[in-house]
Amino acid sequence: MSDETVNEEIDQSDDTNVYETSSRGQKVLHTGRNNLISAIQGLRSEGFNVCIDVTAVDYLENPERDLPEEISPERFELVVNLLSHQKRERVRLRIQVPENQPNVPTLFDIFPGTEALEREVHDLFGINFDGHPDMTRILMPENWQGHPLRKDYDVGKIPVQFKEAPGSS
Amino acid sequence: MAKIPLLGDSKNIGEEGLAGLDHNFLTGKIEDLVKWSRARSMWPATFGLACCALEMMATGSAHYDLGRWGMEVFRASPRQADLMIVAGRVSQKMAPILRQVYDQMMEPKWVISMGVCASSGGMFNNYALVQGVDQIVPVDVYAPGCPPGPETLMHAILQLHEKVETGEITRRRNELNGGAGIIVEQRDGQTATKVVIGK
Amino acid sequence: MTDQVMANDEIDEKNNSAERVFRRGDDSAILRLSESEVQAYTPDDDRRMVINMGPQHPSTHGVLRLSLEMEGESVLRSKPIIGYLHTGMEKTGEQLSYLQGPTNVTRMDYSSPLFSELAFSLATETLLEIEIPQRATWIRMLMCELNRISSHLLFQATNGMDMGAVGAMIYGWREREEVLRLFEIITGLRMNHNYIRPGGVAADLPDGWRDDVLRVLDSLPDRLDEFDTLLTGQPIWHERLQGVGVINTAECLALGITGPLLRSTGYAWDLRKDIPYLEYDQVEFDVLVGTYGDCFDRFAIRLNEIRESIRIVRQILEKMPQGDYKIQDKKVTPPPRARIDESMEALIHHFKIFTEGFKVPAGEVYASVESPRGELGCYIVSDGGPKPYRMHIRGPSFTNLQVLPHMLQNCLVADAVAVISTVDPIMGEVDR
Repeated sequence: MSDETVNEEIDQSDDTNVYETSSRGQKVLHTGRNNLISAIQGLRSEGFNVCIDVTAVDYLENPERDLPEEISPERFELVVNLLSHQKRERVRLRIQVPENQPNVPTLFDIFPGTEALEREVHDLFGINFDGHPDMTRILMPENWQGHPLRKDYDVGKIPVQFKEAPGSS
Repeated sequence: MAKIPLLGDSKNIGEEGLAGLDHNFLTGKIEDLVKWSRARSMWPATFGLACCALEMMATGSAHYDLGRWGMEVFRASPRQADLMIVAGRVSQKMAPILRQVYDQMMEPKWVISMGVCASSGGMFNNYALVQGVDQIVPVDVYAPGCPPGPETLMHAILQLHEKVETGEITRRRNELNGGAGIIVEQRDGQTATKVVIGK
Repeated sequence: MTDQVMANDEIDEKNNSAERVFRRGDDSAILRLSESEVQAYTPDDDRRMVINMGPQHPSTHGVLRLSLEMEGESVLRSKPIIGYLHTGMEKTGEQLSYLQGPTNVTRMDYSSPLFSELAFSLATETLLEIEIPQRATWIRMLMCELNRISSHLLFQATNGMDMGAVGAMIYGWREREEVLRLFEIITGLRMNHNYIRPGGVAADLPDGWRDDVLRVLDSLPDRLDEFDTLLTGQPIWHERLQGVGVINTAECLALGITGPLLRSTGYAWDLRKDIPYLEYDQVEFDVLVGTYGDCFDRFAIRLNEIRESIRIVRQILEKMPQGDYKIQDKKVTPPPRARIDESMEALIHHFKIFTEGFKVPAGEVYASVESPRGELGCYIVSDGGPKPYRMHIRGPSFTNLQVLPHMLQNCLVADAVAVISTVDPIMGEVDR
């Protein structure tokens, strides 16, 4: 349990507890940002040997979601999906990432396959991964401004113009 | 500056090509020959980007053979190609490369925009795609479909051939100051009894 | 074959052999420079240079760009640069309702579109907590296995052409046309079908489908033997593919690689057998593994996976149950067209489903299938509305591409084409 003294609150990022919830029968774990590496290493030693996916969600428009009571919601959530071949099980870790300080430690040293996945999250959401070997844009052009999958980034629809086909009479 | 008998002023021919020829019976025949050969051996450049590329490859394969019209050689180098079939969605990152490949092609060159994503952005009306490749290169034929089946693509190609052979395409391009902008109908899924090719 | 899944301590030992994928600095196989830095990069050694391959090149794998740092003809470090087909499909997915979702995701992996639709539909159905009828499940299995056949035939065609056997292109497409014709009869479209939707499938199998499928299945084995005659035993083929692009299991697991690449290293992990979805535990088939983890193993695995899929389809033909092809829940699937004339309620439901869409209760779920390229997953977050709040597809080719620099190290440039072709990336799902 997180300690709360009268004048001080422990930053949720340093929370070292791992809370478990369940979503439609799938196991979901929550922990603090700075505990991500040790939580992943713990899971790895329990047999979750493959990192399937690293992605993120921007909860700007929907702050109500299913979280354990000890975790308070932040704007971004990093979702790490692991698979255990021995136990034939999957587990998901959801880490809250605040908007003003979108930094998360990188998983490259445990799973080098997250290199491209983390670059994609950085490109589309703006979350920085400390310690990543090559934190550059991967899908958008290098000089693109903005992070497209954020909710405050417009879809960029142009109004559909029905015009006469060029040259038709 | 020499005047070539029956053909015209060599300066005009040098600068304007076929259009600089004198108009008489002989040069008319030469022009027809040139247009006939252009239509008969139009080599496409490989510009298959996404799903439409698979249908383009299907059109080039044994079942819907493009070799009947001399087009089965897809040239990798744009310098050797006449026709660029933009098959697939053009993203913002790909747009400068598309223009660069188009610029590297030699005159005369034509562009077929295959599929709805190349023609107008398709179902993806968003930040990531160029909404229609005609914003970057002048398009001569638009082939609709998502993806257009091989029959539609062949219909588009044959329309282009017909317009090249009659000279209609140059007329349209001059009129519109860009690509010819011919839109063909989708021709997929028609039964064997009613396939009208080329019209 | 399930016993071959490695215990964790075995993997840790083998990790020593995987240490090259963990390297970060200049000793890594990956040329970690941004695009502008690569332009300006001049290696100290005169014999080295950085060559750009793509994004427009004749090897028909779509718009993949590779920066190759080369010394003479051998590749030292390389970097795949992607993003040339980025379509913003995940952003578009948030604008489309759940019924329109499959039209969007189907265009990601355009060589095996039904798998993307299946992953999306399974995720949506898990969120809705509904169960679809048996017949719908078996129809989905049938279509997916046929799609696996057509995707692997496409691989044979493009792989052959990349290796120089241009005739293989014609052979592969000839067979693929038969399967696509079958798709056109059943789903209405040759590609990008939008057939597998949340709640079941879009339409029932037409009359006479058994004969059509059997006709295709009976013609395939002889034609696959032609591939064997022309390619498998040929010395030139062996020279070009054996020993090229070798990878081992620990490296694959560290990089998160799945599908025929992982199986070529000798590790038998196939989601259809190990975490069965649909009704794969009720059909018999073998999971094929390679021995050396080289390009030849991957080619052979994909060729023989066609044969295994034919076997599965024959069993499906026998076991196909009668019943509904979609769930009868009026809130999720539209009513049959004939009912709209008769019942006001049916008309209203039809209207609501097609304009607003059906609402999905809040939650988040991950569903995955075994596509011809590996594990294809779909992660959907719902906020209770008619459109997904976040829709993410885990594309196998995106993760599989990370293996390219490690495979290309110390290969010749000509082998680069072989390696890319056997990794079989589909850029639509890499870039999304």
